[in-house]
Amino acid sequence: MNKNLKVLINGVIKENPIFVLLLGMCPTLATTSSAINGMSMGLATMFVLICSNAVISMLKNVIPDMVRIPAFIVVIATFVTVIEMLMNAYVPALAESLGIFLPLIVVNCIVLGRAEAFAAKNSVISSIFDGVGMGLGFTFSLTLLGSVRELLGTGAIFSLKIFPEEYGSLLFVLAPGAFIALGYLISIFNTLQRKRQTNQ
Amino acid sequence: MELIGIIIVAIFVNNVVFSQFLGICPFLGVSKKVDTAIGMGVAVMFVLTIATVVTYLIQKAILEPFNLEYLQTISFILVIASLVQMVEIVLKKTSPALYEALGVFLPLITTNCVILGVAILVIQKDFNLLESVIYAVSTAIGYALAIIIFSSIREQLALTKVPKAMKDIPIALITAGIIAMAFMGFSGIDQVF
Repeated sequence: MNKNLKVLINGVIKENPIFVLLLGMCPTLATTSSAINGMSMGLATMFVLICSNAVISMLKNVIPDMVRIPAFIVVIATFVTVIEMLMNAYVPALAESLGIFLPLIVVNCIVLGRAEAFAAKNSVISSIFDGVGMGLGFTFSLTLLGSVRELLGTGAIFSLKIFPEEYGSLLFVLAPGAFIALGYLISIFNTLQRKRQTNQ
Repeated sequence: MELIGIIIVAIFVNNVVFSQFLGICPFLGVSKKVDTAIGMGVAVMFVLTIATVVTYLIQKAILEPFNLEYLQTISFILVIASLVQMVEIVLKKTSPALYEALGVFLPLITTNCVILGVAILVIQKDFNLLESVIYAVSTAIGYALAIIIFSSIREQLALTKVPKAMKDIPIALITAGIIAMAFMGFSGIDQVF
């Protein structure tokens, strides 16, 4: 149990997919125009990560080594289709605003990367924990970036007014703000990591 | 006239990297040198054009007649993955020189979301085959333009003194943000067409 907890924390902080591993940049930049969009993209990816990690780890002895990448992709694409259909049915407005990035979870390097680097070598339970950890790390980063952009752009977080909208700079909701906000967040994260390491 | 509109919008106004955020991973990954950036740009153009035609035909000839649209994601990604492998094998046999130049980039392209993204976008936008091909080629030109501009700036950035915390990726992202701001200047041109 202790080992699984370690795997979980590892995904959120030490190997945070966005700020440390720099994987899955496209959805990170594209869907974080508001906190709620970022969070729902993170949760959708987390669902795919957990399910595909679990299934791939179950099948790891059955899949021949030569065709493992195509096999992984089929498993991942199946779960992406599932979440795509679910979101279209139950939260059509959200699915609309995530748009093309919902089917594009399939080419998110985090999902295939974890399948290859973790699920194909570990037991089902710890693969599920790895999926949860990585998914939480991804969701946390996307929500953070979405909140920062929404706050600077419109003066609100999760549509909760903090300061009047006319003081916000629309730039942060538009494309350039995504790059700039992420650049600053990564540099802050790097500095914190370095401070922690020197303290230890 | 409409076709020219598609070209201008795809290259400048809705640039894949700076306004649609597709293909960011290779955009950050292989943009440290101009040479590799050009290689990646050409490889994307090559695969994107072929992949768009093939996936378009699959959508129109197989998925739509049999009401299998929900298989779009699975079938497209499988076709793209195998297509990239095939292109690699064919190039190796028929044109070793081109293979030499593009070889390293081809496997990376499977996970480049530009390919799957454009394949899905042309279906969503309801383009015909000619429009799809033109859209794919101009998107690829936009991608090549973006990655070449970015890599030439990054070559200079490598020589400058950057604060420790901003080194490498953060400063690259902020640079990309400023280029994106410049590209926003093109918005509105599309209304002319």
